[in-house]
Amino acid sequence: MSSQDHPPRHLRDFDDAAPGEEELNQREPIGGLGGYVIGFALAILLTAASFATVQTDLIYGPAVVSALVVLAIGQMGVHLVFFLHLTTGPDNTNNVLALAFGVFIVVLVVLGSIWIMWNLDYNMMRMHEVPLL
Amino acid sequence: MSEATTGALPSDISARSGTHDPYRIGRPHDGLHGHGSEATGHGEGGPASRFVITAYGFWIFLLSDIIIFSAFFASYAVLSRATAGGPTAPELFELPSVAVQTGLLLTSSFTSGLSSLATHRRDMAWTQIWLLTSGLLGAGFLLLEVQEFTAMIGEGAGPTRSAFLSSFFALVGCHGLHVGLGLLWLGTMMAQLWVKGFRADIRRRLHCFNLFWHALDIVWIAIFSLVYLLGVSS
Repeated sequence: MSSQDHPPRHLRDFDDAAPGEEELNQREPIGGLGGYVIGFALAILLTAASFATVQTDLIYGPAVVSALVVLAIGQMGVHLVFFLHLTTGPDNTNNVLALAFGVFIVVLVVLGSIWIMWNLDYNMMRMHEVPLL
Repeated sequence: MSEATTGALPSDISARSGTHDPYRIGRPHDGLHGHGSEATGHGEGGPASRFVITAYGFWIFLLSDIIIFSAFFASYAVLSRATAGGPTAPELFELPSVAVQTGLLLTSSFTSGLSSLATHRRDMAWTQIWLLTSGLLGAGFLLLEVQEFTAMIGEGAGPTRSAFLSSFFALVGCHGLHVGLGLLWLGTMMAQLWVKGFRADIRRRLHCFNLFWHALDIVWIAIFSLVYLLGVSS
């Protein structure tokens, strides 16, 4: 038993009303330095790739949008795993399920808005192309 | 309900689960059923610790915050071409400044991660140093963003110029507001840590702050990719 499992008396807060068990267990989501360094390196690499996609002609013009979206999603994944420590571990099941629901809502809001507004725009009279009476 | 069944209920249901657990909820039972996992919060390894539960609650807040951002992203995506004859994205956005902002915020996220490692070692000096570094990098990011905004407004490209600019200022400004509030939180956390030490509740708050700071960086990834880089390339 280390001192962190049972903190000294003066470090305990007896008015602490947060839910859950008092004592820490062995499965706290703490990553090592290596994880942060790998995550930082990967994030720099993906950011540089995103900027290079736009500022050079390496990517075929019409594919730039897809490349940016893929690189952004990849970098978000890197942040979730290496910085937020979102893993497949048993203590993380609830976090992953909440994330899945969050992603579902985000996709619904963003793609749904774009789809509906594009459709509206397509089906409306093109006001700027119609001569004003 | 008959008297017999109500009489079978535990007499003191308000007792702490750690001391009274009449149905052995979340306690290992006979070892024959269940999957044998030692993980907490799953009925085998006992209830989850406050650290895990607080982080889960804060994670739900962060996801709802990201959903708010998704609404701003959706409005920007719909309105990004509605420039009303005003300045367009390639004319306004300066990628070198965006690259510096991205570097500052990413490094800030990394150093706040280093502060969490120092917290785990109960190292007061390095925790404070890395928190201060994160704060200074975040302040640098915010300074560049405010300079960018004032320059745009000075050129007549303020949020009232077009629907494109309204949605741009709403989205990027909302993120900047989050960074500003995060800096305020960072300052109060440094003071609380200094005065109260590595108490359990202070460590939970530090953990929540770190989650918040990393989540802001995730939102910024979407902003620099889908607003700035996409805006310049189109």
